Amino acid sequence: MLAYAIRRFGQSLFVLVLMSFIVFVGVYAIGNPVELLVNPQADEVERARATAALGLDKPFLEQYWVFLKGAASGDLGRSFVYNVPALDLILDKLPATIELAFVAMVIAIALGIPLGLVAGLKPDSAIGRGIMAGSILGFSLPTFWVGLVLIMVFSVQLGWLPSNGRGDTLAVAGIPVSFLTADGLAHIAMPAVNLALFKLSLLIRLTRAGTREAVLQDYVKFARAKGLPQSRVIGVHVLKNILIPIVTVIGLELGSVIAFAIVTESIFAWPGTGKLLIDSINQLDRPVIVAYLLVIVTLFIVINFVVDVLYSMLDPRVRLGGAAASH
Amino acid sequence: MRAAPLLAVDGLRMHFFTKAGVVKAVDGVSFTVGRGEILGLVGESGSGKSMTGYSIIGLVDPPGRIVGGSIVFDGQDLTRLDAAAWRAVRGNRIAMIFQDPMMTLNPVLRIDTQIVEAVRAHADVSRESALARAREALVRVGIASPDERLRAYPHQFSGGMRQRVAIAIALVNGPDLIIADEPTTALDVTIQGQILFEMQKVCRESGTALIWITHDLSVVAGLADEVCVMYAGRFVESGPVADVLDRPLHPYSRGLIESVPSRNARGQPLRQIPGMTPSLLGLGAGCPFRERCASATARCAESPEVTEPAPGRRLRCFHPAH
Repeated sequence: MLAYAIRRFGQSLFVLVLMSFIVFVGVYAIGNPVELLVNPQADEVERARATAALGLDKPFLEQYWVFLKGAASGDLGRSFVYNVPALDLILDKLPATIELAFVAMVIAIALGIPLGLVAGLKPDSAIGRGIMAGSILGFSLPTFWVGLVLIMVFSVQLGWLPSNGRGDTLAVAGIPVSFLTADGLAHIAMPAVNLALFKLSLLIRLTRAGTREAVLQDYVKFARAKGLPQSRVIGVHVLKNILIPIVTVIGLELGSVIAFAIVTESIFAWPGTGKLLIDSINQLDRPVIVAYLLVIVTLFIVINFVVDVLYSMLDPRVRLGGAAASH
Repeated sequence: MRAAPLLAVDGLRMHFFTKAGVVKAVDGVSFTVGRGEILGLVGESGSGKSMTGYSIIGLVDPPGRIVGGSIVFDGQDLTRLDAAAWRAVRGNRIAMIFQDPMMTLNPVLRIDTQIVEAVRAHADVSRESALARAREALVRVGIASPDERLRAYPHQFSGGMRQRVAIAIALVNGPDLIIADEPTTALDVTIQGQILFEMQKVCRESGTALIWITHDLSVVAGLADEVCVMYAGRFVESGPVADVLDRPLHPYSRGLIESVPSRNARGQPLRQIPGMTPSLLGLGAGCPFRERCASATARCAESPEVTEPAPGRRLRCFHPAH
């Protein structure tokens, strides 16, 4: 286990370094941020001073080396635009994004698994077909369009829900969250549903496929032959088996929900990292872009590790790994 | 006059209503099983023997449905039970063991969980006493160091051991009847022998009746008291195992018995039944075996009635062998 963790850590470090290098090259190739930062009327001296202040006068590889040295001590550089540490800028916005992503995932899980179970247990019934038809819509409708329709219906026409911002927040351990206040809940409802829709459809289909496969297995028939109530057959025997792929996908999707909440955040003016990233790319604010991607990749790595641990808890065959079958 | 049998299946019909048409998987099957008796239910693949077993324990899945006949178990017609009453019978008074031990135990649940839940589904007992019963059941089927085994997962067991665990689960509530659906087919011959011996012993000790579903006549010969032969979902013949195997009356049972390799006919080509089993989809009236039968006549296009050619023997054929 320890050897596995160390190997895993090494791989993760490699991914982070490689990713940061690619981003460096990419941003370097797009253009010179100094052009955007200094006054167009500024003279050569002024420009050279700004370039030197940002460390952009050094050769490319040296710039990257400076960044790596800083990163090793936890310093990801200062934002060119705001002149504050890039990491602080991201960590300041990250709770909003994470909250949105979590609420979206909770919606997707709380609805997706039960609906998928129903659709899998009664595939030919009207309700089973209805659920599947709905999931096809959830899959195919583009996120931005659904977001706009939600705003049109619930904010503009019905006037039930606010269309932008986080609303009242409540600080929990110093981090402001929206879902604990009524106003905050009203604000998070639409963006969370919007973000959840695709994942919900994915979970419905995944759960349905797993259920349809599991109910045909002999162990389900044997569980029924034992005279177990249907609730236990489905809730324990079927569910525990189909949860293995579902947990994996939920883990992977959680990372992608955080990383790609950008569209939803833009539509609902949700003050998260997605909007920050778009702005930073427009202004070639390299330290923020790099720091953002590093944070996201780190999140992915952590989530994948947690999924692996959960996986081994669900599936004893993984947990015991090399232990040979005894006779 | 014998006492009322534990189980009397009479004219059982179980059909699958598929999009392609009605499949008569079980179409008029009758037999009885007395307390503590072992019945061999014999037939080839697709003869409806497994479906007969599933019908008795109420595990027929849609589009299958019992459409006729009765299953009287201890004075109660099971076909009239509602879902809750069925559940109370299943695993409690009638238990079932399946063919493939690698598939019957849930791979993600520990053995103790899987036995304890079977106990607690039918008896309001504490986890501790359920666990004690689970331990006892494992000992009865010959599993060494049961405490350690209870905490293990199925993948840590071999096939034979898993089948023993499945048998222990079937036995744990002291059922009156166990339906065993080819439980030794997937096992090595040596393990098969052990399991057969174990089952026989346990059933004799506890007076549990057994329906042993199989295509293997040699297993039936050594194990069963009575045998019932099925073909294409229909009853063919039944009787005491020695009588039926020595003097089969139906041409199909005779063909089946002659298809078993034997030392006495060394060097001679093995007899086989010509042709193939008919499709059950849209199978019409008449004896389903007539296409393959040497004794068939025009009369066989009608369905023969069940007759009793000798005490204890029942037969469905116009042209029994003599």
